[in-house]
Amino acid sequence: MTTRRDFLTIGAAALATSAASSRAFALAPEPTAVLPAQGDPLANELALEAISAAKDAGASYADARVGRYRRQQISTRERSISGVNDAESYGVGVRTLVNGSWGFAATSELTRDGVVKAAREAARLSRAARAVQRRPVQLAPVAAVKGTWMTPIRRDPIDVPIEDKVALLLATNEAALKVPRVRFVTSGLQLLREIKTLATTDGTLITQTFVRVGPSFNATAIGDGDFQSYAEELAPRGTGWEYIESLDMPGNAERWAMLAAEKLGARSVEAGRYDLIIEPTNLWLTIHESIGHPTELDRAMGYEANYAGTSFIAPPEKHIGQLKYGPAFMNIQGDRTQEGSVSRVAWDDEGVPADSWLIIEKGVFKDYQTTREQVSWIQKLTGVNKSHGCSYADSWRSVQFQRMPNVSLMPGDQDLSVNDLIAATDRGILIRNIGSWSIDHQRYNFSFSGQTFHEVRGGKIVGMFRDVAYQSNTPYFWNAMDMIGGKSSYWLGGSFNDGKGEPGQSNSVSHGCPPARFRQVNVVNTARSL
Amino acid sequence: MKSLFQSVDAPFLTRDQAKALTDRVLGMAKADETRLGLNTGWSGNTRFAGAEITTSGGITDTSLTVTSTVGKRRASATTNVLDDASLRRTVDLAERLARLSPEDPELMPELGPQQYMAVRGYVDRTAALTPEARSEAVKRAVDAAREAGRAAGDMFVAGFLEANAGAICLATSRGLFAYHPSTDVSLGVTARTPDGTGSGWSQGAARDWSLLDSAALGRRAAEKAVASRNPVAMEPGMHTAVLEAAGVAQLVPNVAGALNARNADEGRNAFSKPGGGTKLGEKIVDARVTLFSDPADPDLLAQPFDADGFPLARRVWVENGVLKQLAYTRFWAQKQGKEATGGGGGGGGGGFGTPGGLKFPGGTQTLDQLVAGCQRGVLVTHFFYTNVLDARSGLMTGLTRDGTFLIEGGKIVRAVKNFRWNEAPLIMLNKIEEMGRSERTRVGQVMPSMRVRDFNFASLSDAV
Repeated sequence: MTTRRDFLTIGAAALATSAASSRAFALAPEPTAVLPAQGDPLANELALEAISAAKDAGASYADARVGRYRRQQISTRERSISGVNDAESYGVGVRTLVNGSWGFAATSELTRDGVVKAAREAARLSRAARAVQRRPVQLAPVAAVKGTWMTPIRRDPIDVPIEDKVALLLATNEAALKVPRVRFVTSGLQLLREIKTLATTDGTLITQTFVRVGPSFNATAIGDGDFQSYAEELAPRGTGWEYIESLDMPGNAERWAMLAAEKLGARSVEAGRYDLIIEPTNLWLTIHESIGHPTELDRAMGYEANYAGTSFIAPPEKHIGQLKYGPAFMNIQGDRTQEGSVSRVAWDDEGVPADSWLIIEKGVFKDYQTTREQVSWIQKLTGVNKSHGCSYADSWRSVQFQRMPNVSLMPGDQDLSVNDLIAATDRGILIRNIGSWSIDHQRYNFSFSGQTFHEVRGGKIVGMFRDVAYQSNTPYFWNAMDMIGGKSSYWLGGSFNDGKGEPGQSNSVSHGCPPARFRQVNVVNTARSL
Repeated sequence: MKSLFQSVDAPFLTRDQAKALTDRVLGMAKADETRLGLNTGWSGNTRFAGAEITTSGGITDTSLTVTSTVGKRRASATTNVLDDASLRRTVDLAERLARLSPEDPELMPELGPQQYMAVRGYVDRTAALTPEARSEAVKRAVDAAREAGRAAGDMFVAGFLEANAGAICLATSRGLFAYHPSTDVSLGVTARTPDGTGSGWSQGAARDWSLLDSAALGRRAAEKAVASRNPVAMEPGMHTAVLEAAGVAQLVPNVAGALNARNADEGRNAFSKPGGGTKLGEKIVDARVTLFSDPADPDLLAQPFDADGFPLARRVWVENGVLKQLAYTRFWAQKQGKEATGGGGGGGGGGFGTPGGLKFPGGTQTLDQLVAGCQRGVLVTHFFYTNVLDARSGLMTGLTRDGTFLIEGGKIVRAVKNFRWNEAPLIMLNKIEEMGRSERTRVGQVMPSMRVRDFNFASLSDAV
């Protein structure tokens, strides 16, 4: 059985490294929350009413999630605003198990009658599903918990005056527009405050408040019959407004925009095999697509077959402890505890405490991402008898299911920097920031582009390429990794919106990693003339 | 709080209820101009995998977006809490945000009363698709797939059935009122053979539930899965491709989606001409290609207005291969002295669920005839994870999925492994050999199958 506590007591170097991660690579000292995390008496009452009604309607298990979401989006282009929106959504979703079949109903009618009706409708859906059911759902046990938690923040981003937010973005654009040939700039902010109350028939009653922020910046330079864009990699974080301020977007925008202009004069890459030095600002997405998604247990078991696909890591009995994903220094951690990460929680949407565990240990695949329902599917193979806490729903309207935690590549033992990787490379390309992405439905064959591509010759950066995408295969690529940065070079990237499921749901997820080098990866040229 | 629904069973606001609500909220507004967008609806879904239902749900929700304009300043706020106090707070918030926002030099005034095309996109039997009826439909699809795939063993069948019923309503302080009810339903089925070497897929979508045959969809997915077993590796390269309509539907809408006039005028999309100007009036693709939007087309039945309440009309984007129309927002149209096309300048909907719909009329050939006319090529069921690699040419990458076959001498001879491909739709539409029949590929979208030469299959994928 693997628990976070075990990590601290096991002597193996790799495990010690991973266990330390959530502290050693913390972004900043934990700030004091300025808002108290507290339960909402109305939400508690309605959630308890809902699970009681579900039990009356025949549910053996039920949970109710009352969610209150406040989303703010601000987008700008050049010297004007293209949108300011503030959205509030409030409602309850009730999930029921009747005779081992799931049902779910959600309503925005937050009255006693509304939640009782939703609970009965969920039980009706459970019964209807029973007609097409082969094996009843079994939930792994979890201790009942009562409590509250909140993302540690210094300043609630929703409460920052709108004029300060707009001024910051317009100052960013103004700085970028100073760069010759840069004619178009967009910048934006995505801000979320989510208050979620969960009650379960197991006796859990919790309220959590999550805060997430996601900035963006893009500049386009126009040349002679040509244009090139540069998007800065501004990671979303589970933090307050202080993170946005720390990015100093107005102070950096001119430098970012210069990269768009510089790309106009870059040399079009010659297709072929290159050693790639990939910065964390690009590698996080490759980790997400080629490790994060294929290690989702529901996907491996075919639950996503009709939509996002299955996984090459299936069936579990042929892969757990056997699949060599990469070199022995490769350790991949699943985690919902890391400070600043957007998947951080205290409990998941089934009331399971946040976990941290190794998905890949010393290059070998070890364990999947799980929810309570999934534990029994692989318990005999892993020896793990509890959920890793990966249940999540993106709204009160959505049913919770298995979603990706933070999935991160742990730094190497030697504290190498990206410059050390460049110095050790004779002929290669240094890739920064995410561009285009695509991967097949079992997560083998992928294509990733980037924002800047620097040519490396004889251990030095000698120029800039353009039109680069690397197209490779997951097992080949990760086994071609031969150098990795140390903890000083570790950086936490991520996505505000990762899609999965039908109906589609959006999840926020962080991925940390150091820079790494990959030998002889296929690079294609993406330029075409019409 | 007080329920807005007339009866507990009404899944969304009626026209009269929507009018009463928007009148009430407009009465609270103090801004120079106010626009309300009301989205009210019910959604019922059933998801299945391993031949059993994994999740199912029923959702009712109504949300209201208030867009306030003060001088040249504009902002919006949204809520789904519809008691008077919350509505008033939302109006106040939108107005406060607007006052705090800087002036927008591109701001266009809200619209007054408009005339819209008559579109009947609402079908009662879709709105009445109960959990029990959905379970039965899923069972029919699963049973038919298992039966059709029996030769390969116990098929793994997964899929998703979703029905939506609701209305979009817009109202402005200048007297515009628009209300459009609609339904849609879709059923997708994926069947996988127990040995894990074959996978097949099929999907149907309509406004009217009675147009979908769940057993036929299950059967087709299983037949594809059985036929696609034990694929062999075929050398990547430029091959002739027979694309089923579902595949074409993953490429061509990107062309429509890129028709933004402003980007073209500013020199930053595939319709910009080197040295300035746009390609309007130029032949850009094969003469057999015509692309249009038309909310009232019986195969599209799309919402007849955009998010501003601007009326959407028939727009022919590409006619006989010639670029006829770019998409103009109201602002850009005024600045350039052109007629606005609505849809936010996104290019006639692009078939991605935005207003207007997209239709690409096809030829007369059946899929079998497209195959029969092919000496050597690849038959593609559909694609996965398509993404643009280069905005200048619209070059895309993606993968084949759920049934990829080698054609030799006009016949399907064996299943082949999936490919990653790198291809620009605008280039592909200049390489058409034969056009197949068109079909509804999703609600509000009609695409043809086609045979194209020199499709760039770049590398192999082991994914099944």
